[in-house]
Amino acid sequence: MGESAEATTQYNLRVVRQFTIMTVVWGVVGMLVGVIIAAQLAWPQLNFDLPWISYGRLRPLHTNAVIFAFGGCALMGTSFYVVQRTCQARLFSDALASFVFWGWQLIIVSAAITLPLGFTTSKEYAELEWPIDIAIAVVWITYAVVYFGTIARRRTPHIYVANWFYGAFIIAVALLHVVNNLEVPAGPLKSYSIYAGAIDAMVQWWYGHNAVGFFLTAGFLGMMYYFVPKQSGRPVYSYRLSIVHFWALIAVYMWAGPHHLHYTALPDWAQTLGAVFSVILFAPSWGGMINGMMTLSGAWQKLRSDPVLRFMVVALSFYGMSTFEGPMMAIKTVNALSHYTDWTIGHVHSGALGWVAMMTIGALYSLIPRLYGLRQMHSPRLVMLHFWFASLGVVFYVASMWIAGVMQGLMWRAVNEDGTLTYTFVQSLEATWPYYVGRLIGGLLFFTGMLTMAYNVYRTIRGSRTTSAQAAGTA
Amino acid sequence: MDINTLRGLITLATMVCFLGVAWWAFSGRNKRRFEQDALLPFADEAGDAPLPKESQQ
Repeated sequence: MGESAEATTQYNLRVVRQFTIMTVVWGVVGMLVGVIIAAQLAWPQLNFDLPWISYGRLRPLHTNAVIFAFGGCALMGTSFYVVQRTCQARLFSDALASFVFWGWQLIIVSAAITLPLGFTTSKEYAELEWPIDIAIAVVWITYAVVYFGTIARRRTPHIYVANWFYGAFIIAVALLHVVNNLEVPAGPLKSYSIYAGAIDAMVQWWYGHNAVGFFLTAGFLGMMYYFVPKQSGRPVYSYRLSIVHFWALIAVYMWAGPHHLHYTALPDWAQTLGAVFSVILFAPSWGGMINGMMTLSGAWQKLRSDPVLRFMVVALSFYGMSTFEGPMMAIKTVNALSHYTDWTIGHVHSGALGWVAMMTIGALYSLIPRLYGLRQMHSPRLVMLHFWFASLGVVFYVASMWIAGVMQGLMWRAVNEDGTLTYTFVQSLEATWPYYVGRLIGGLLFFTGMLTMAYNVYRTIRGSRTTSAQAAGTA
Repeated sequence: MDINTLRGLITLATMVCFLGVAWWAFSGRNKRRFEQDALLPFADEAGDAPLPKESQQ
C-alpha cells in the first residue's frame, strides 16, 4: 500500500478540480436558463419581444448548457479522476488535459454567444454551427488521447468496469458528433447538412438517441460504477453482471433511434426496428440499475445519516423508472398518444434531473472533499437540504409534465361523432397552463438546491485553504 | 452471396459473440478473478482523506 500512496500524490487532481468547479457553475447557469424558459412557457410576456432572449433561442441554450456544459464537465472531470485512481497512473499528459479543459470552456462560451444571436443548424442537441463543431471534434479527440493514453499507462492488470463505460462514451460521442455534423459551410456561421429528407432525420435521431445512450447513460453509468461502491464502502454487487451489462447496453443502444420518428416519412420497417430494440433495451438498463441498487443494499443503514448515498439511491430509482418508461413510449401505439406532448418532456427530465443530475450531484459531494483533502463537505446539513430540494423538484416537474402530456394526447385525438376534432389546439394549451406553472415550481426547487450546492462547495474549498494554511503555520 | 444473407449471418455472429461474453463472465473459472477486479476502486485508498466515522465500517 505504501507504493500506491506514493502514486496518489502523483495524480493530476488540478484538472479534476477545475472540471468539478465548472460543473457546479454550469449547472447553476444551465438550470437558471431552464427556469427562465419554463416561466416563458407559462407567461409568454417574459419574452419581452426581444429576439435574443426569446424561447426559441434560449431553449437550445438550456439543453446545450445542461447536457454539454454541466454533464460534459462532470463526465470529463470524474473520468479523469476515476481513470487515474483505478489505473493507478497519472494522466497521459498534463498539457493535453489542460487543453481539454480550456478548449471545452471556450466551446461552451461560444455556444452561449452564438445561440442567443440566432446562429443554429436547427438540429436538436447539435445546434452549434460548423466552426464550433470542428473545435468540438478537436477537443474531443484530445480528450480521447488523454483518457486512453492513461489506460495504456495503467499499473493494474485489469481495466475496471467504470473505465469501459467512460471509454464507450468517449468513442461513441466522437463517432456520433462527426457523422451527424457533416455539413457544407455557406458562410462563417451558416451551413447545410449533407443529408437530405428522411435520411437527414434518421441520422439526426441516430445521433440524438445515442447522445442519450452514450453521453447521458454510458458516461454516467461509469460514474455510478465507481462512486456508488466508493461511497457505500462495498464492491459492486456483481462484477460479472456489470460485464454483461456493458456489452448488452452498447450493442443494443445504437439501434433505438428511429423511435423518435414514429408515424413520419421514415420507412415503416425502420420505425418497427427502433421500437423493437428500444423494448429490448429494458433488459440491460435494469440489469445495471439492479446491480447499483444491490451494491447499496448492504448499506441501507447508512442512508439515514449519509445524504450523498441518498442522492445515489434516488438517481438509480429514476434510472430504473425512466428506462422502463422509455421502452414503453417507444411502442408505436403508446407513442401515438405520447408523441409531441409534454409527456416526452417529463420523460426526458425524469432521466436528466432524476438520474443524470442526481448521480452527478452525489458523485461530486463524494469527490469534492477527497479532492481538497477533507473528511466531508463544509455542511452535511446543507447537502441534506439540497437532497430534499432536488427530490421535491423532480417530483413536481415530472408529475406536472406527465399529467399535461397525457391530457394533451387525449385532447388531440378526441373526435366528435361526425369525425371533427372535439378540441382546438388552443383549448389543449389553456388546459395545460396550470401544469406549466407546476413545472416551473419544480424547476425552481431543483435550481434552489443547486444554489445551496454552489454555496456549500465554495465554503468547502475556502475552508480547505484555511485548514492547510493553519497546518503550514503550526508545522 | 445475397446481401440479406450476409446481414443475417452478421446478426447471428453478433449474437454468438454476446453469448460468448456472457458465458465467459459467468464461468466458474473466472469467479475469483472478477471478485478481485471488483475491489479496484479500493486498491489505492491509502491516499484518501479519512472517511467520516459512519462510512468506515
